[in-house]
Amino acid sequence: MKLEKRAEPSALMVYLSPVLALLATLLTGAAIFAILGQPPASVMTAFFIDPIRDFYGLSELLLKATPLLLCAVGLSLCFRARVWNIGAEGQFILGTLGGGVVALACNDMESGFGWALLVASLAGMAAGMAWAAIVALLKDRFDCSEILTSIMLNYIALQLLLWAVHGPLKDPAGFNFPESALLVEDLLLPTLHPDYRVHMGLLVALGAAAGLWLLISRSLLGFQVRVFGESSAAAEYAGFSARAILWFVLAACGALAGLAGAFEVLGPVGQVTPNLSAGYGFSAIIVVFLGRNHPVGIVLAGLLFALTFIGGENLQIEFGLPRSITQMFQGMLLFYLLAADFLINYRIRLPGFAAREARA
Amino acid sequence: MDADLIATLLFSTLRAGIPLLFCSLGVLLAERSGMLNLGQEGMMLMGAVVGFIVASNSGSPGLGVLAAALTGLAFGALFSLLTLKLQTNQVATGLAMTIFGTGLSAFVGENYVGTSIDGIAPLHIPLLSNLPVVGQALFAQDWLLYLAWALALGSYWLLHRSRWGLMISAVGENPAVAHRLGLPVLRIRALMACIGGVMAALGGAYLSLVYTPLWTEGMTAGRGWIALALVVLAGWRTGLVLVAAHVFGMAGILNLLMQGGGIPVSANLLAMAPYLLCIVALVLLSRQRDFGRYQSPPGLGQNFSPDN
Repeated sequence: MKLEKRAEPSALMVYLSPVLALLATLLTGAAIFAILGQPPASVMTAFFIDPIRDFYGLSELLLKATPLLLCAVGLSLCFRARVWNIGAEGQFILGTLGGGVVALACNDMESGFGWALLVASLAGMAAGMAWAAIVALLKDRFDCSEILTSIMLNYIALQLLLWAVHGPLKDPAGFNFPESALLVEDLLLPTLHPDYRVHMGLLVALGAAAGLWLLISRSLLGFQVRVFGESSAAAEYAGFSARAILWFVLAACGALAGLAGAFEVLGPVGQVTPNLSAGYGFSAIIVVFLGRNHPVGIVLAGLLFALTFIGGENLQIEFGLPRSITQMFQGMLLFYLLAADFLINYRIRLPGFAAREARA
Repeated sequence: MDADLIATLLFSTLRAGIPLLFCSLGVLLAERSGMLNLGQEGMMLMGAVVGFIVASNSGSPGLGVLAAALTGLAFGALFSLLTLKLQTNQVATGLAMTIFGTGLSAFVGENYVGTSIDGIAPLHIPLLSNLPVVGQALFAQDWLLYLAWALALGSYWLLHRSRWGLMISAVGENPAVAHRLGLPVLRIRALMACIGGVMAALGGAYLSLVYTPLWTEGMTAGRGWIALALVVLAGWRTGLVLVAAHVFGMAGILNLLMQGGGIPVSANLLAMAPYLLCIVALVLLSRQRDFGRYQSPPGLGQNFSPDN
């Protein structure tokens, strides 16, 4: 077997490599379960198939996909501009706090819940945006690596959330649990169907993905982001402000991740709790890579990742396995994807095949 | 504060810096050759969990340390395979490693949460360990701590005083030129990434075998990321890495120090200290024009393929 550089990158492999990566992940996953003494076939079925056998399962898939998509759309914009923001997790947490604080303040109101819901969502966006703005400021003013500052801000955000639920936001009637009071029903986002939990945030997320597509492919600003990502020197030469693009992509990502956080509080969770994020902000990074940084790809990858989240929960219920299996699968998928991308630029030559071709 | 309390706090402060020291030395060595591995957090967690499981089953913490080192080696080799052979993006590969390591460590360590082991016992160096105040802190620690200090010394010699150090720097500065000079670029990079993996895993093992000693999910709490930042802050200089690791170790146990001093502040707010310190230090550093980022290896994070 021999590796050979392709004359041109393979267009087919660009689409095929995520599929190959998924297959390799499934096989490796089954092997890991077999090694650890779990029946691979039934565990894999419980992980990937059982959760979406019925409409309720599918609606839960869409519910989990909502925060993932919102974060991923924001990150996609950052990554297109080569701004390595890995702080969507922290921006999400600030969104839960911003949205949560406003919603809790409105919990005793008599009327006007629709407005309260809107203001709480906007507060979540603003909080996420402000958190991302710190990264932009540090990069713009002090040239600090956005990777490091955004990661540090994730940990600070988490401690801030823990402090809030142990202190100011703690429900006085909550038996000393570190959780806020439950929001009244009127303060929760309208669901798309009375039987299911999936709410109108899904439409916002899909709208955001569509907006990303419009922005990137149809607008001058999107063009500038792309040029900036390819080469900041070229962007400067063309007269775009690199600083404006940096602030724009980070603010947009912070707003979307913050909105995702607010939607979790105002949606399925209905209160501020210490573990509001199941790691959506981190997983969204892989969603962007897996979706080839394209809006359609991101939506597909977001759905797949939503499945890994509910699959992990299902394994916990059915087999008593830890939920962290979700992350294990997600990391493995990214490994395989990166490795499979090698085939975009290289091809594998089998010796017999090459010899036949030489004779022909 | 009385002398006993100061002695105890000094003892804990030095220990708290050791996981960071192991990991940041590994980051330093790998980055000098141009390998940027953001998977430190994942490798630390894998080292911590494997070390704990092996020590728990064999009853020997030493065997645990060895197993952790081998795990780190495997992860370093995986990173090398992906970035050097398959030319994957270093940033993305490192992130994958952190996410994968976090998940896998929680998975394999599930049955060990809440169990306890006898960690590595401190050595008592005769006479010196009886010195007032500093005796316990400097001369009655465990062997892994002394190994970390020895490795700091070794790294200093390797990077700043040996011929090998020049080769490593050449590869990290401009791999194409190093290749033309006949240096085995990929082999040097693979070796340094593997050493980095071993060091990160040792840092994790120090947490689970000495510092706590127990295993909990995500117990490294961002130390892998802080180690990455420390190396930037130290301007890729070994001596400063040693100092910075201990300063940040102290920030990490500010909680304990405040309690010792009798100052009541929320534990969660104090827990922000190392991360805040990190950001503040990065900002302050940016004002020092001749320091820090200007020492960054120019080829850091850039892939190199001898075929092209």
